[in-house]
Amino acid sequence: MSQINSPAELEELRKGILSERDPQKPCITLCSGSACNASGSEEVGLNLEEELKKQGLSDEVDIRKTGCHGFCERGPIIINHPDESTYLQIEPKDVEEIISKTIKEKQLIDRLLYINPDSNEKITNESEIPFYKYQERLVFGSNGSIDPKRIDDYLAIGGYSALVKIFSGMTPEDVLDEVKRSKLRGRGGGGFPAGRKWEGSRNAPEKTKYVIVNADEGDPGAYMDRALLEGNPHSVLEGLIIGAYAIGAHEGYVYVRQEYPLAVENINIAIKQAEDQGLIGKNIMGSGFDFKVIVHQGAGAFVCGESTALMTALEGRVGEPRPKYVRSNIKGLWNKPSVLNNVETWANVPLIINNGADWFTQMGTEGSKGTKIFSLVGKITNTGLVEVPMGMTLRDIIYKIGGGIPGGKKFKAVQTGGPSGGCIPEDQLDLEVGFDELARAGSMMGSGGMIIMDEDNCMVDVARYFIEFLCDESCGKCVPCREGTKQMLKILTDITEGKGKKGDIGLLEELSEVLSEASLCALGQTAPNPFLSTLRYFREEYEAHINEKKCSALSCKELISYYIEPDKCNACTICFKKCPSDAIIGGKKKIHVIDQDKCTKCDTCFEVCPSKFDAVSKISGAPVPISIPEDERDFIKNSNQ
Amino acid sequence: MDKERIDQIIDKHHGKSSSLIQVLLEVQRDNRWLPKEALMMISDRLQVPLSRTLHIASFYKAFSFMPKGRHEVHICMGTACHVRGADRVLETVQDETGIKPGETDLDLKFSLETVNCLGCCALGPVLEINGKTHGKVSPGNTADVLENYG
Amino acid sequence: MRDILLQIDGTELESKEGMSVLQAANSAGIDIPKLCHYDKLVPYGGCRLCIVDVESKGISKLVVSCVYPVEENLIVRTRSEKIDRIRKTILELLLAHAPNSPELQEMAQEYGADKDRFDKDSSFCIHCGLCVRYCDEVKKLNAVGFIDRGSKKEISFIPEIAAKECRNCMECFPLCPTSYLQAAFVLSESLSSTNLPSKS
Repeated sequence: MSQINSPAELEELRKGILSERDPQKPCITLCSGSACNASGSEEVGLNLEEELKKQGLSDEVDIRKTGCHGFCERGPIIINHPDESTYLQIEPKDVEEIISKTIKEKQLIDRLLYINPDSNEKITNESEIPFYKYQERLVFGSNGSIDPKRIDDYLAIGGYSALVKIFSGMTPEDVLDEVKRSKLRGRGGGGFPAGRKWEGSRNAPEKTKYVIVNADEGDPGAYMDRALLEGNPHSVLEGLIIGAYAIGAHEGYVYVRQEYPLAVENINIAIKQAEDQGLIGKNIMGSGFDFKVIVHQGAGAFVCGESTALMTALEGRVGEPRPKYVRSNIKGLWNKPSVLNNVETWANVPLIINNGADWFTQMGTEGSKGTKIFSLVGKITNTGLVEVPMGMTLRDIIYKIGGGIPGGKKFKAVQTGGPSGGCIPEDQLDLEVGFDELARAGSMMGSGGMIIMDEDNCMVDVARYFIEFLCDESCGKCVPCREGTKQMLKILTDITEGKGKKGDIGLLEELSEVLSEASLCALGQTAPNPFLSTLRYFREEYEAHINEKKCSALSCKELISYYIEPDKCNACTICFKKCPSDAIIGGKKKIHVIDQDKCTKCDTCFEVCPSKFDAVSKISGAPVPISIPEDERDFIKNSNQ
Repeated sequence: MDKERIDQIIDKHHGKSSSLIQVLLEVQRDNRWLPKEALMMISDRLQVPLSRTLHIASFYKAFSFMPKGRHEVHICMGTACHVRGADRVLETVQDETGIKPGETDLDLKFSLETVNCLGCCALGPVLEINGKTHGKVSPGNTADVLENYG
Repeated sequence: MRDILLQIDGTELESKEGMSVLQAANSAGIDIPKLCHYDKLVPYGGCRLCIVDVESKGISKLVVSCVYPVEENLIVRTRSEKIDRIRKTILELLLAHAPNSPELQEMAQEYGADKDRFDKDSSFCIHCGLCVRYCDEVKKLNAVGFIDRGSKKEISFIPEIAAKECRNCMECFPLCPTSYLQAAFVLSESLSSTNLPSKS
């Protein structure tokens, strides 16, 4: 690769790349993100290459291994270009048929297509699948078209044209102005106006400045940043270079968690390729602007996602946050002005420069412009990553895109904002998604995690789960967080174990005040949110746990008992054999009975009892019926039909 | 512990004290744990107090002061996996392996760690063993998954 | 450095740019409770007891005074119902570790803190960090440091350095509000395998 010395040269290069590509040439794109790899996509990829070789088609058909397409529930996904037919849940053994039938004979394989569960009709193209149809995939959509390890693919779809634009006559102030007018708010959790943050750094008198990509993505259940960094690293880099130019920084850092090895690999490859092409380094595109990027890996601490702790970690220290009274865009990394933004925030920047602030502000609500990528996970039919315009209702996201709750279960709550957020119940589902709207409901946008919960999830347990997480991740520097989360965890655990007592809720509320008012950083300050929001909307669950020792979701182990209903049991002996504690008394033709003293509530019998019998039930807050006498346990087939 | 290898890693990062965490990550990856001699050597060469190195090595979850087992079992405790019953899977894994998170068994066969979100939420609950992801794990099939690792 | 005029609990006072609210208060003889603050050390902001209410440009918020810089026309209130409530709970959380600490007991009396509110914790270290910071910033020996994080965080002596330096120094010992430091040192000495110089 030779270095680009001017914007015009980049456009020449792009033209050259496009001229060598025939849009009509058959190309199979295979989703090769981390999640699909876990579902066998690597093997599918190998099989594709082998099969094409075997059938002598290696020169006529391209294979492109792309990043995450988003529909993770149905991965691995293949799209056959140019007609865009889409196959889901591909297994290695499907490959031969795909090559023979679809590629050679241009025939669709019905069983691999998406079937609309409502109409039973088969859908051929990705864009028609309901999961995709209602999304607005401005940032994430390109994932399906490019091999993240090839800069040429990014250039072919128009990549780095924003960089061309800024180096073709935009001053740093012009760039800053565009980002300010776009009203872009940080996508990492804080929702702070990016333009204002950049402006503060730009105006700081200090000469040395830094730009930082926060790819620490610690919220459990959120993996959008990973998919973006794995699937389209150049879009993040392009945004970063533009931001550096706007504020006058010549050094940038990408802080990526080491638990994302593929993301680390792909961003390193992208940086190297950009350097080789002269898009990072000295005198970028002949503009006189120098910029270099360094990748720094996280080492396993959620608190390092907090911006001041992240900067402390970049300095090679323990990730303890600093007081925010002096803002880090003025005194950040090594006390220099530093602009830290989330992966998704940076990826939005090239779009804003290319299409203009006015285009961006057309989408979204008054306070929240543009789109947001959410990870829609948990008890949902269509698990995956979705990108929607701000202002879409939760109901539409969950039902139109998400396909609703599987298994015929009832929706209970949607948890947003990770450990700093809260749970939103059914009567709030018409809420339009946006920073302020979610905050008003007692939750927050956070990084975009959207965990769906159904009737089987206990909300007290949800609060306990998040506090346990934060207690473990607390850096330990300040008393409210270190001691407060520990005490809250103890009380919440006691409540889920049937040891709750009067005054517990009041004490939890008092601790919540200390945490939110006196903690050093946002981890501690927002730690009470899951508790406070579940208390707000599901207070009766707390009271039932404490006063009646009852878990209405039948989830908290210490508060439930398993019971085999004698008139449903068919003595099939499946649970009898599978019980790991030998707690089931029974045998062939003997109605089974659970010995409550031996039962460890592992849930195995409930899981394995055939659904046609459905004989195992869970009881909470009421005594277990006494077992029928032994001599009445003979199973007589007809009476139990 | 290979002293030369550690020197190589430190040189790659130009002996900068701000690269302490990056150096430790590479040594951990190579060696599968951080012996005290390695920590002392790294502190010395990077000119940071040993107390800081020890704090960092104990603060971050990626580092281990004890050798890891042949098979590193990571169980995802992210929210999506949690609501799908990851707690029960963890209990089953603990029963089957005899160890708790953070521990290695006496034969150095299994090491168990909880991790927060592997990003495979569609497959939850998830077990990652030696980098290989096993999805849709339940208390019922956990033993079968672990049996594959001798 | 320019002069900055501010008001603390109704008293107008002058301070210098760059001072913290706590420093300004102390210079005027106004007492704000603190535990992890020591003049010779960089302000830590760990115990949060010095929390105060500051009002600037009509907006009021709670801040930690040992690290909050003075501002022109800042109005500071060192006591309020909310502040007292927060300090009381912080003290109770710490008393669960060290109910016998004289410093904690004195403050507990003032704020009505109940030492039995929370279950006793086995460790009586309250993580003020004075020992670690003193050895790092003043002595530059780093004989004692922190390990781990969160509620599992502990102070830990480096046996090789402690064996050489501590008995001749011990300057951090009087700083410890709970005497945990001394106990940790003795334990570390007895567990250490290095030969210690004999006591004179």
